[in-house]
Amino acid sequence: MGDLELISYIAVCALATFATRIVPFVALGKQAEHPLVLHLGRYLPPAVMLVLVIYALREFRPLESGQLNVAANGLPMLLAALVVTLLHLWRRNALLSIVLGTGFYMLMVQLGWSLS
Amino acid sequence: MPTLSKRKSGESVLVEGWGSAATRTLPVMFGYLPLGAAFGILAIELGIPWWGALLMSLLIYAGAGQFLAVALMAAGAGLLEVAVATLMLNSRHVFYGLSLLKRFQGAGWRKPYLIFALTDETYSLLTSQSTDHSIAWRISVLNQLWWTLGTLGGAILGTTLDFDSRGIEFALTALFIVLTLEQARRLRQGLPFIIALFAGFGALLLVPAQHMLLAAIGAACIILLLHYHWSKDSRGVECDG
Repeated sequence: MGDLELISYIAVCALATFATRIVPFVALGKQAEHPLVLHLGRYLPPAVMLVLVIYALREFRPLESGQLNVAANGLPMLLAALVVTLLHLWRRNALLSIVLGTGFYMLMVQLGWSLS
Repeated sequence: MPTLSKRKSGESVLVEGWGSAATRTLPVMFGYLPLGAAFGILAIELGIPWWGALLMSLLIYAGAGQFLAVALMAAGAGLLEVAVATLMLNSRHVFYGLSLLKRFQGAGWRKPYLIFALTDETYSLLTSQSTDHSIAWRISVLNQLWWTLGTLGGAILGTTLDFDSRGIEFALTALFIVLTLEQARRLRQGLPFIIALFAGFGALLLVPAQHMLLAAIGAACIILLLHYHWSKDSRGVECDG
């Protein structure tokens, strides 16, 4: 692939990505105070957050050669998620929950705890 | 020296602002550095030069979108195909903007960048705490900095990282869990979480994996729209307009 071709691919991806992010601001910029928009602003973020949790906890392999999650199955992930949840309900310290949960997950993955 | 002390206090406020923003982005940093590095390594493996990977993280700045883009490029996909795939994968961002219309009002010169930098993780951080525009902007800038540094590190160091970082990307999952718990604590209403459970598991069961996230978020948004109309009807005409 030539440099110019690569740059045009990158430009197209950049424009397509930015388009998805700016559409609501251009299309609905003047409706920010509309009760429907306020309704979405109140309830959509928590719903999206839980959807992201469900998404992150499934076996996540968007590409065969470039897996984003190393786990061969979801068990270490679910165990670590449980640790994060319990720690956070107990201590309510975001950094503590994240660091200990992630450390626990890394330990399981690196010790080969795939249990497949 | 009044001018000097004034400048000094101004500087300390500035440093404090960046410092507190950096603290808030720490979990994203733990996720973005290794994930960005993974992207950099993959891009090099697929024959993209290091500056191409860097340019993608600077100009596209979409985690899953960049992985998809380099895979499609390596597979020889056409420009149109890449554009459509990117639009499909990132269309969930439309719903993020919907809930930030009011929030980004009055952000002035920072607004274009705030919109550009609206990744899943930045959206999560910004919606879980009420910050002013300058803090929101710093959080956004720092998140992209972590992602870009990770990409550069992965592209340049390649596979010679001596720290065994396998599994560290779980930090992002942990972040989402913590933010969900914080949102639940703040809102104290079951509604959005029940909707998310239905939408999330429904999409997991019914929709091909690569479209699951979009389908789930789209479904949650549609259910919220219906809920708005039902509750408006039950409240009667005084809420009209």
